[in-house]
Amino acid sequence: MEKGSSIDHTLNHLFRQESGKMVSVLIKIFGSENIELAEDVVQDALLRALEVWKFRGVPDNPRAWLYRTAKNKAIDIIRRNKHSRTIDFSDPKRQLLTSEYTLTPTMNGYWEEAQIQDDFLGMMYACCHPEISQENQVTFILKSLCGFSTKEIAKSFLTSETTISKRLYRTKEHFRKHKITPQIPSFEHISPRTKTVLSAIYLMFNEGYNSTHSEELIRNDLISQSLHLCKAMLNHEKTKLPEVYALMALMCFHTSRIDSRLTEEGKLIQLAKQDRTLWNKELIDAGTRYLFKAGTGDTFSTYHCEASIAYQHCIAGNYEDTNWQIILYQYDLLLSIEEDPVVALNRCLVISILNGPEKALSELKSLGNSQILENYYLYHSSIAAMHEQLGQKDLAIIHFKKSLKLTQSKQEQVFISERIANLEDD
Amino acid sequence: MNEYLMIIRGGEDLSEKSPEEMQEHMNHWQQWMGGLAQNGKLIGGQPLQREGKSLTERGTKVTDRPLAEGKEMVGGYIMVRANDLDEATDLAKGCPGFEHDCTIEVREIAPMG
Repeated sequence: MEKGSSIDHTLNHLFRQESGKMVSVLIKIFGSENIELAEDVVQDALLRALEVWKFRGVPDNPRAWLYRTAKNKAIDIIRRNKHSRTIDFSDPKRQLLTSEYTLTPTMNGYWEEAQIQDDFLGMMYACCHPEISQENQVTFILKSLCGFSTKEIAKSFLTSETTISKRLYRTKEHFRKHKITPQIPSFEHISPRTKTVLSAIYLMFNEGYNSTHSEELIRNDLISQSLHLCKAMLNHEKTKLPEVYALMALMCFHTSRIDSRLTEEGKLIQLAKQDRTLWNKELIDAGTRYLFKAGTGDTFSTYHCEASIAYQHCIAGNYEDTNWQIILYQYDLLLSIEEDPVVALNRCLVISILNGPEKALSELKSLGNSQILENYYLYHSSIAAMHEQLGQKDLAIIHFKKSLKLTQSKQEQVFISERIANLEDD
Repeated sequence: MNEYLMIIRGGEDLSEKSPEEMQEHMNHWQQWMGGLAQNGKLIGGQPLQREGKSLTERGTKVTDRPLAEGKEMVGGYIMVRANDLDEATDLAKGCPGFEHDCTIEVREIAPMG
């Protein structure tokens, strides 16, 4: 029993870390019209590991074992399909797979370490093709690169497995139709393409970080996978760009505070009331190092601003001592790069601390013509909080109730309901 | 473009070679065939096992070995595209089979009828 569960653990971890790399290499070998075949080979290798390791124990180098197994399965498939039309062998490199004179060295070439890293990152860029919608991008990344099951993705997005299957199908069709291959874009194209990749990673991270659902395991998985993908980009010469460092810093800062955000019963704790001794010092230090590296080069992204804001929170001894002035400056900078109603909303909260609720309320009201904010629970919560501070109880309750209707998250609902109850009790 | 068959014969036994030597030899095959593929010359090709059977006398007599042995035994084949026999012969000159004393016969594939 003991042995079995430790194997499950090793495999689970290994699978999350390595399946995406194996799938990427196999897609390069079989072609993007054979994504399912690539996924099946990885799945088979995993099942084989489970079978063999239970019997003989975990090998010294489980990663190498898994890769070797996948490679041998790929060789079998190539031999079996060499005369079929399943795989397109017209590509000169792939053509060498069809002859026994060259099959083994060619196959080994696909699995060289540097090649694996290239293909994995190349696959990330392929998944984040600008013509694929962002939710399809993230769905596909989770399935192909992070080893999530359809069920797990459905849970991540609070949607049905059917919806996820449809998204996956559409994305695979796109790959097939446009013959998209895993490839890191050339130097002149890398910047805009990286932007898409980063926003997919950040979306995935937020899906885990913002408690839109209660499954802690999945949330942590989403967070660690986002960090894993971003780290992979930082480990490659071509993709270690300032904005990638900035996003990594931002995610480290956010993650450092994760243990202080919820009570043991899963209720949300506001930043001002969080126990700062629970913040993870190592992650804050790591984030600080990444932020420092993000400063080299001439790129300045929204992640730079967001990371700088998160940094200010992380280094403040307590809520009152936070350098709100610098944070306000960063928000202004952020809004000058990109007009984002949610950012504007957060800026108003800084105003409320620096200039009081009255000023903040009038700025909040002036944002009211944004459709996004009108449907965003935090916008109404914020207005409510300002009214509350100004002693306008009835108005506060009205806006909290509006906010309550707009959030799906259980934690948020409990949090808001409590605030309404407090106001009504007074 | 015509099609040509390179018949590779003979060659010393490679099983005596060390794994490193073997790997280097295989890499040479990959480089040579990779070059042919890159230039659109390669059609395909395979090495053959040493075991085989031979049929003679209108198929009535079956012998448990390849017809030709030793230096004459066919060890593999490569098919290429080339403009003429001379070009195909030039392509064959890079074959790593020569590293272990193979001989190569280049023949044009004949269109029939």
